[in-house]
Amino acid sequence: MTTDGPVGAPEQTPPAETPAEGKQPAAAAPAKESPAEDSFLGHFLHNLWSANTVTVTVLSIVLAMVIGAILIIVSDSAVLATFGYITARPSDALTGSWDVVSAAYADLFKGAVFDPAAVSAWLDGSGTWQQAFTPISETLTYAAPLVFTGLSVALAFRGGLFNIGGQGQAVIGTVTAAAAGFTFGLPVVLNLIVALLAGLIGGAAWGFIPGILKARAGAHEVIVTIMLNYTALLFLGWLILQDGVQDPNRTDAISKTVATTAQLPSFGGTLRVNLGIVVAVLVTAAVAWLLNKSAFGFELRAVGANPLAARTAGISVGKTYTMLMVVAGGLAGLGGATQVLGTAYALTPAVAGNIGFDGLLVALLGRNRPWGTLLAAILFGALRAGGNRMQSFSGISLELVTVLQALIVIFIAAPALVKTIFHLRAARSARLGASMAKGW
Amino acid sequence: MANDHIDITVEPGEVHALLGENGAGKSTLMNQLYGLLQPDEGEILVDGEKKVFRSPRDAIGAGIGMVHQHFMLVPVFTVAENIALGAEETRGGPLGFLDRRRNRRDVLEVSKKYGLPVDPDALVENLPVGAQQRVEIVKALTREVDLLILDEPTAVLTPQETEELLAVMRSLAAGGKSIVFITHKLKEVKAIADRITVIRRGRTVATASPDTPEDELASLMVGRAVSLEVDKTPAEPGREVLKISGLIVDDDRGVRAVDGVDLVVRAGEVLGIAGVQGNGQTELVEAVMGLRPPRAGSIKVDNEDLVGMTTKQILRSGVGYVPEDRSLDGVVKEFSVAENLVLDTYDRPPYGNAFRLNPAAIAEGARQRVEQFDIRTSSPDAAVSTLSGGNQQKVVVAREMSRPLRLFIAAQPTRGVDVGSIEFIHSRIVRERDVGTAVLVVSSELDEVVGLADRIAVMYSGRILAIVSPDTPREEIGLLMAGITGAQADVATEVIELVPPAGSAGQTGAESAGEAGPAADGDAEKGTK
Amino acid sequence: MSTATVEDLAEITAPARFWDRQRRLGAGVTLVGVLAIALFGSLAPSATARFTISQDASGAAISINGQFGAYLFGVIALGAGVALLAGVAKRWQTTLLGVGIVAFVLSFLCWQVAGKFLPLVDTASGTLQLAMPLILGALAGVLGERSGVVNVAIEGQFLMGAFGAALVGTMATSVWAGLISAAIGGAIIAAMLAVLAIRFLVDQVVVGIVLNLFALGVTGFLYERLMQPDAQKYNQPPALPTWSVPGLAKIPVLGPVLFESNLLVWLALILVFVIHFGLSRTRWGLRTRAVGEHPVAADTVGIRVRGLRYANVLLGGLIAGAGGAYFTLVATGSFQKNMTSGAGFIALAALIFGRWTPFGALGAALFFGFAQKLATYLSAVGSPVPSQFLNMLPYIATIIAVAGLVGRVRAPAADGQPYVKS
Repeated sequence: MTTDGPVGAPEQTPPAETPAEGKQPAAAAPAKESPAEDSFLGHFLHNLWSANTVTVTVLSIVLAMVIGAILIIVSDSAVLATFGYITARPSDALTGSWDVVSAAYADLFKGAVFDPAAVSAWLDGSGTWQQAFTPISETLTYAAPLVFTGLSVALAFRGGLFNIGGQGQAVIGTVTAAAAGFTFGLPVVLNLIVALLAGLIGGAAWGFIPGILKARAGAHEVIVTIMLNYTALLFLGWLILQDGVQDPNRTDAISKTVATTAQLPSFGGTLRVNLGIVVAVLVTAAVAWLLNKSAFGFELRAVGANPLAARTAGISVGKTYTMLMVVAGGLAGLGGATQVLGTAYALTPAVAGNIGFDGLLVALLGRNRPWGTLLAAILFGALRAGGNRMQSFSGISLELVTVLQALIVIFIAAPALVKTIFHLRAARSARLGASMAKGW
Repeated sequence: MANDHIDITVEPGEVHALLGENGAGKSTLMNQLYGLLQPDEGEILVDGEKKVFRSPRDAIGAGIGMVHQHFMLVPVFTVAENIALGAEETRGGPLGFLDRRRNRRDVLEVSKKYGLPVDPDALVENLPVGAQQRVEIVKALTREVDLLILDEPTAVLTPQETEELLAVMRSLAAGGKSIVFITHKLKEVKAIADRITVIRRGRTVATASPDTPEDELASLMVGRAVSLEVDKTPAEPGREVLKISGLIVDDDRGVRAVDGVDLVVRAGEVLGIAGVQGNGQTELVEAVMGLRPPRAGSIKVDNEDLVGMTTKQILRSGVGYVPEDRSLDGVVKEFSVAENLVLDTYDRPPYGNAFRLNPAAIAEGARQRVEQFDIRTSSPDAAVSTLSGGNQQKVVVAREMSRPLRLFIAAQPTRGVDVGSIEFIHSRIVRERDVGTAVLVVSSELDEVVGLADRIAVMYSGRILAIVSPDTPREEIGLLMAGITGAQADVATEVIELVPPAGSAGQTGAESAGEAGPAADGDAEKGTK
Repeated sequence: MSTATVEDLAEITAPARFWDRQRRLGAGVTLVGVLAIALFGSLAPSATARFTISQDASGAAISINGQFGAYLFGVIALGAGVALLAGVAKRWQTTLLGVGIVAFVLSFLCWQVAGKFLPLVDTASGTLQLAMPLILGALAGVLGERSGVVNVAIEGQFLMGAFGAALVGTMATSVWAGLISAAIGGAIIAAMLAVLAIRFLVDQVVVGIVLNLFALGVTGFLYERLMQPDAQKYNQPPALPTWSVPGLAKIPVLGPVLFESNLLVWLALILVFVIHFGLSRTRWGLRTRAVGEHPVAADTVGIRVRGLRYANVLLGGLIAGAGGAYFTLVATGSFQKNMTSGAGFIALAALIFGRWTPFGALGAALFFGFAQKLATYLSAVGSPVPSQFLNMLPYIATIIAVAGLVGRVRAPAADGQPYVKS
């Protein structure tokens, strides 16, 4: 029997028709390169300096901090002055730079994780445990809403959608959650649950719009969600000033305060960390379950990876997109709810801060995986908490944190850039970044 | 290996046809000549000089032009703009204002000189395909080419446009240009070529003159009668399972792809659809599976109307489907083997329900399938992208065959698959038939169709030209595949039924003869061999 | 095989849809007209609406009774909508749509201005002023996106431009130095976008958003470090002077609006024509469009796809940066953190709503600028209509456009797809 085999249809054959064979040489090559590194240590070091995910992440953070250091130095007039005579007395410039940068980054650490002074004070009785744990509490407080918005973006990415609208969905979430919080006078646990649910529903409704428009009209979700972000913001600005919403005792733009029964409980005092972070962890687990164990998660992953194959196998791509945006919107709405019920307690025009956009960065950093997103959110929370202290103590603007965050993500998203800078070897599993390179 | 030591020479003023089936290697050869691919071995001589083409620019510089199957035209530009692109006439020095008048004039000059009517101001996207092709040809000619390569140019043309194109080619050749004309259509080749090179499986099989009898050309193209040794007992066909009547389907461009097809597949038999890719088979299968809405006609399985059902419903109702391009829409490469195996059953017991998956059942099912279907993988959790083509295909086949089926459809089931997997898949298809499923196999590999099918329907230009038995001599099937029906060819055929095209029922004989496909027009002019 | 039997042939051809695009448009416009009549007409007081030519309330003016005007224009809008519903020749479609929208706006104005006066000249020149950065930002988008590179980072380019203008303008005490620095600031962001998108193939939308945040952070940081402590040294740029074209400025209404303005406005208007002309009439324009629609075809005829994309994105950055100068050299006299607050996204909306063409962008920018100006006017006269809803208009209009409710809005075919030479 003369059959065709590989010769039969070479033109239509997809590339790399024998990937199994292709794999082995690649695996063999690194081993061949350095026969001396046959030991475990050798392998470990070898892998360490290849462009795998962890290495690139760490190096991205390092690079970002270096650039941040440059910014700090450049904007400090005293240190800049020492550079004026660097050839005469280089040590001044060097020590000056080192001092200001290390002080700044030390503050970053102390504000985010722990301050050795406060810890030793607690241990020897001259300080409270609350003070020692305040930095971590701050980190977790800032992290909590970011977990939700990050999950929102990450889940949508896995399904092939860009949810840039986390900000708007979070804003609507704050509105509905706060409204529920100061309108229904429900008993203690119930009020909180209802308020959180209200936030979720608000965000979900705001996510439904781009979802249905994409499914029915093919409208690109990036444009629609960006437009809805600003629509939501304007709506918030208007709503706060309306009767029934505005705080009757104030003339400025702030709403009524959410009832205490609807507020997320915290430790009190300097420990602002509240139940929100616990809910965040639970929701992360739920999203991980949804993504990996549920039928819907299977569908969205299939659609995200290969919509044509999903369609041929009978999955309705349009319905999946719609449902996905609803869920993603709901998650972001929960983030807004956490923000308003956990720390803000009332609506102001800036109540949702930047949590939606930060959520995008967090999702990218977390490689669009649920637990990765959680960790990334904690990192961002740490940067924010530390940044606060850095601002108060070292006088470095909090905006540096924004710069650091943006830089880290730029480097993560362009692993080739990091690879080039550090001359990393290409690793087999260097599959990074949300590069679903598509446009409108 | 796509091209295996191919030698070919083209004389000036010659129309040289490259004849071969899909996958024979013709396009690969020409892509190297045009600088889109680099040869591994061998050399290219133009006018006796050795040339290396690293990109199309080099080829154009050497006087070689190519008109691809997929046009390189910007749809929203006018004809003149497309032709001018890259070699624009400008005035105003560095500012580079487009000299509209000169650009138009150049277009009209070339157009007139070679008899290729084009409207310089028409928008390309509004032009019919034949006109777009003329634009591509004019574009090549304005760049002073000596050798023009046309890749399957008539694949997208109506018979009328084909005639016009052949006339153009004649006049270009008469003017001293050389033309290489890639095709699988015999009658055109005989109508226009000065020399014919037949390529099969990457090798030059023969260089023939146009006087060669058609059946000889056809057999050169498809190979001598070799039987595919598929072990099977004679079929025992039962009830009608799939019944397609008067089906009309358009392709993505709105051009008619399926032009009135009637088909019946019975339980316990394999119906093979033979034909060169691009004659409507893809659209036919997509219409059956609910992936493409038909313009007219009906599709029924056990008398249930499939038209209007969703793909999911169709799959659920007992239809299995192996699509023709697994990397496009057959498997999800990032998913594991196990996940791919439940791609259309994940929300049904035992693999799951509407809410959640049952990982244990999925894993167990995967383990069983991997064993049953001899899928070579490091583990059922390995990503499908790590599997070879043959094993990926086995995953798709396993997926579809693992549920009770009434109808099983496989399009190009062994394309790009290794020998061992081919045998395996073929045996499973026969096994499916033997338990009473109706099987429809669409393949452009004639060996496969002849080996597997109990009946063969030859599809050409959106119609079923004839349904023949697998014992039919290959040359005849080759002729049918190239558009020449048994009525015109001077060969005795054992034809089960010659199918008049749908819509001709009730028409007079003269009309239906006229409608029997483009083959009729061309042959009527030529007379018998 | 059976021949086709007549009863099996089921015709499933899609009937010509009743609710085709024109009818949907017509339905929309009719609704809008009904809204105008029902709402604006009934709410409008029967007082005179004065649209004054000059600045003072008692000068020459176009007057119309508020209620009458509201009804009249509402009826006109309704008429346009009904005509569309009934079906008209295709070439009238856009005109009727335009008539409907304009009539709706006029009806609205009659309601709001009844009993008050609206200074036409001030409104027009304010509109043009507000639209100017939008025009420049949208033009930057046109350049990039017509070549196939998505530019969501207009906001960041604005911010860097505004900051650069303020910083260098103050330090060099020169408006012109400030303007040039603004352009350079925008180009810096554009360069980052270009390199990351074209060379490193990072997703262009993601890059744009991240660059916006980066610009926000850098400008905010430097603002706090340099400008806040020492505003006099770093943050008091001279204002862009208003110039008057002699003679032409005296033309009633149009004169003061068009010919008594600042350089940036004129630059914006001139650039609209230049880019339009360039895209449609020059070799550069043809190649740019080819690269944005079908880069493979362009490559096969010898065009350097990536080089052209780099050049256009950078040029766009210069233009957007100059647009950023509006905020610190024209609108206010100093830089504030995040002072653009979304203007870059309105410019993006103008780009999309204007269908990626220079004149479309101009029209959309003017429309959005008008909405903003109107919002200010209405809050100044104490109108019950909330300004926030007027400010939402650009965004909602873009959503409607993108959802195909006013027809397909089509980006250049290769927009957003990095070109990888195979």
